[in-house]
Amino acid sequence: MAKKKFVVGCFNDEAVLFPAVKKVRTAGYKIHDVYTPFAVHGLDHAIGLRETSLHTAGFIYGITGTTTALSCISWIFTKDWPLNIGGKPHFALPAWIPIMFELTVLFAAVGMVLTFCYLCQLAPFVKKHHFHPRATDDYFVMVIECTEKTNIEDLKAFLTNQGALETNFQIAEEGWWLGRYDKDEMPFENTEVVAA
Amino acid sequence: MASLRTQFEVPGKMKTWSYALMGLGLVALLYGMFTKGFSADEHEQVHFWGTLMYNSIFWTLICNASMFFISVTTLAHAGFTQTFRRIPEAISTMVPIFGSITFAVLMYIIFGHKHHIYHWLDTEAVAADPILKGKAGFLNPTFFVIWTTLTIALWSFLGWRIRKLNNEADQAPMDQTLAASFIKRGTVRTAMFTVWFGLTVGSTIPWLWMMSIDAHWYSTMYSWYTFVSSFVAGISLIALWLIYLKNKGYLELTGQEHLHDIGKFMFAFSIFWTYLWFSQYMLIWYANIPEETVYFKHRVQGPYKGIFFFNLIINFLCPLLILMKRAAKRNYTLVTFMAVLIIFGHWIDFYQMVMGSLMKEHVELGWLDFGILAFFVGTMILFVGKALSKKPLIAKYHPYLKESIIHQV
Repeated sequence: MAKKKFVVGCFNDEAVLFPAVKKVRTAGYKIHDVYTPFAVHGLDHAIGLRETSLHTAGFIYGITGTTTALSCISWIFTKDWPLNIGGKPHFALPAWIPIMFELTVLFAAVGMVLTFCYLCQLAPFVKKHHFHPRATDDYFVMVIECTEKTNIEDLKAFLTNQGALETNFQIAEEGWWLGRYDKDEMPFENTEVVAA
Repeated sequence: MASLRTQFEVPGKMKTWSYALMGLGLVALLYGMFTKGFSADEHEQVHFWGTLMYNSIFWTLICNASMFFISVTTLAHAGFTQTFRRIPEAISTMVPIFGSITFAVLMYIIFGHKHHIYHWLDTEAVAADPILKGKAGFLNPTFFVIWTTLTIALWSFLGWRIRKLNNEADQAPMDQTLAASFIKRGTVRTAMFTVWFGLTVGSTIPWLWMMSIDAHWYSTMYSWYTFVSSFVAGISLIALWLIYLKNKGYLELTGQEHLHDIGKFMFAFSIFWTYLWFSQYMLIWYANIPEETVYFKHRVQGPYKGIFFFNLIINFLCPLLILMKRAAKRNYTLVTFMAVLIIFGHWIDFYQMVMGSLMKEHVELGWLDFGILAFFVGTMILFVGKALSKKPLIAKYHPYLKESIIHQV
């Protein structure tokens, strides 16, 4: 797992955050992510995230479900174990549509939830680095990834100028790793908070 | 605000088109009336009056769907409709006009004793028939006339009150208390319309007007099915007017975000229509009781087979596959195409609902159907255009207008 260098700036207002995001991007810094206490409308466009492909995945899971149901049930009722049910034909499509529909929904729903968890790197017994504990409370936490060329002190000053209440520098793991929050150290204990 | 073009002027070309369509329709109507409507042959009579009936009911219901759209969005306190709300308002002004035509046609059928259309009008047959006797409390001319009159009158009146209230949003800025009372009065008026709509389109009216053609058969699903059919076509009609005005350079404040929401309505209600279509079909197919399957027999296995499944393809498969993507719902060309397809599809749906019961032996979809369709389309274009030009296109002091302008999906 690769550890990377990050500069973290904390804001307490969306109205300050949006111009700051814009300025940071035009200044050429690379925003790793922005952690907010609630979903902020339009922030995804502002930080330049691409459209999610979750719905495409959902469509594929859905048609997989439909196909599974149709092939399974038609094989069972026409080839494997044909039964005469109320004099209906063996290939009784209308009766199968509810099952096809249910399996479509089941596959799409479960598949999308799992895909979503994977994309967000959420799973039981897995940990991720928290850049600031107050991101779940009242802070909008902007995390900027540093390169060799980044001058950390300049960047912190830049963020403070944009209205950040708190800035700090962290070397952190960007992905997920095996571990448990309740057994291992709490996220806020290893965060070195440096007042701006 | 000053630079907005809020005053719609009816273009000459639109007038020409609407008069041309109306003229074409009138020729078909008059020719049909004298060759078929007043002919001695009952089959010809049924063909003419049935065609007139399903067309007028279809257009009344889809124009009324606009008022239902206004009502439910108002009740839900939805703001996004405000930038284009004058379009459904203008379309809903058609309810009294098309309603009167429907009323005239239905009254002609009732008082002309066209018992080949409504079998329950035949008093001797009813007296000898235990099933029809049991339904006589509901299926009798007196109740039919009273309920039809009330329905059309109240749709028109309650809708008119809602439109009238919204004129206040044109006049002067509202302060907090005035805005609150404006919203409250709007909620009450739209709630009244919604209740009446539920009692009519949502339950009794499709049973009375259309389902009673098959006097012995019944389906509790039928009214919902008819309602959704008309609602999804009504939303498509709003979409068409919206895109038309947008193309002419009006509605600057309406954009892809609003179109996306309308597209979602078209998509979602197409699916809902299929859900009801299938629920009605599958239960009857599964139970396989002769008095129920009588409705589907000639539709699924008889001459209406083609139309029946064509109907399912254009009203379900096409919206499902074409409108599924986000980009499609935000694309003006695709939404226009789908709106025309959906309106046509549900017109065909009404065709098979009415004519499929009246003329079981053969399909005679031809000049009469398309001629009368042209008459209704022309009338709709003419009067909706006129209604749009009477008021500003945007009620600029409406409390929710800002919410609509910054609307983002």
